[in-house]
Amino acid sequence: MKKNVFIAVAGAVIAVMALALVKLGNPPNMGFCIACFLRDITGGLGLHRVNTLQYIRPEIIGLVLGAFATSLFTREYRSLGGSNSFTRFILAFFVMIGMMVFLGCPLRMVLRIAGGDLNAIVALVGLVAGVLLGVAFLRKGFSLGRAIPQNRTNGYIFPLLFVAMLVLLLARPAYIFFSEQGPGSMHAPIIAALVAGLIMGILAQRTRFCFVGGIRDSILFGEFYLLYGFLTLLVVALIGNLVLGSFNLGFVNQPIAHNDGVWNFLGMALGGFGSVLLGGCPLRQLVSASEGNTDSALTVLGLIAGAAFAHNFGLAASTKGVAVNGQIAVIIGFAIILLIAFLNTKGIPVRQGVSAGGSKGC
Amino acid sequence: MEVRDARGLLCPEPVLIAKREIEQLGRGAFQVIVDTVAARDNITRLAKSKKWEITVEPSGDEFLLTLKKA
Repeated sequence: MKKNVFIAVAGAVIAVMALALVKLGNPPNMGFCIACFLRDITGGLGLHRVNTLQYIRPEIIGLVLGAFATSLFTREYRSLGGSNSFTRFILAFFVMIGMMVFLGCPLRMVLRIAGGDLNAIVALVGLVAGVLLGVAFLRKGFSLGRAIPQNRTNGYIFPLLFVAMLVLLLARPAYIFFSEQGPGSMHAPIIAALVAGLIMGILAQRTRFCFVGGIRDSILFGEFYLLYGFLTLLVVALIGNLVLGSFNLGFVNQPIAHNDGVWNFLGMALGGFGSVLLGGCPLRQLVSASEGNTDSALTVLGLIAGAAFAHNFGLAASTKGVAVNGQIAVIIGFAIILLIAFLNTKGIPVRQGVSAGGSKGC
Repeated sequence: MEVRDARGLLCPEPVLIAKREIEQLGRGAFQVIVDTVAARDNITRLAKSKKWEITVEPSGDEFLLTLKKA
């Protein structure tokens, strides 16, 4: 019971920080958004060139360093890897495409609902549908296989990468992009964002905060632990928005959102489906990578690659809606994730080790 | 006593392994080896909700969980 109280309090703290970050300059309903912030970092590094979505988000840096330090302190840090790493990269790639079609990760989805954005409720239904699809494969025995312990230092590479990001953010070299307009230009002061990220990282590491995991566990085990965090997050953010006057109920004219219901549903369904197979949403992957899991680290790179492709190929949604390219990408994403799910499920017979032209090995 | 190895598996797989064992056995005893605190905590919670006794023995970076129901 104590744990349930702790995660509920954590959800409330995250809600308050999210509201504060918006007040301090973050885009509306985007106090935290793991998918959007990774996309902004992707842009900041010049891996996509949409000049309104480029910023090295300190929240992500803080989150990684907070979770890493906490895992060292609690001795939960373990360098692990080798559980179908490349397959995870591909899954993450399409998870990001789905989330860019909706315009947010599960965390921002909840914050959007709390801001009165009804499109996010459509996405929530999609997310649950996607999680159900993933759970069906888990029940049949889907597994990406075992990770094995790695030399301890390999897990340090991921947090070090984000120390490097912090240096780039502070030094602002000419080759790093900082948006001067649009959502990328809207941000809280670096120190506030960094501290909020650190606190978030500590809380997320201690509670294993994950909305996808919450829906999954409630279906699989009747276990609601992870959902308590999101429940208080939603309630506190909702009350906060009402008090601050930033609650705007409806489908149209929502900030950094579109109201194409079909693609809000399908985008988040794709994100939920892939996330279940990966063992958690983008937030959980970041925390897990910070705790030394190198498969999760590669998953985060898959998310970044997905964000780069989403914007370089015009797949991501805009406030006007979802372009045909994005719709096709979501359908391809479903096909590929379904294929990966089938081929890695024990209960479904698949011929193993088929050799091309009778040759063994290479 | 049956020992199930759930090392290196990401959540929820260790919990699913324990859950399948609990459902197949109905009563009796089995052990699960896990290597993450998350898996240890989640299986502990599962055992309690299914009214199975659970003991946790840490060894190095791993945990040996023993589940029993009379």
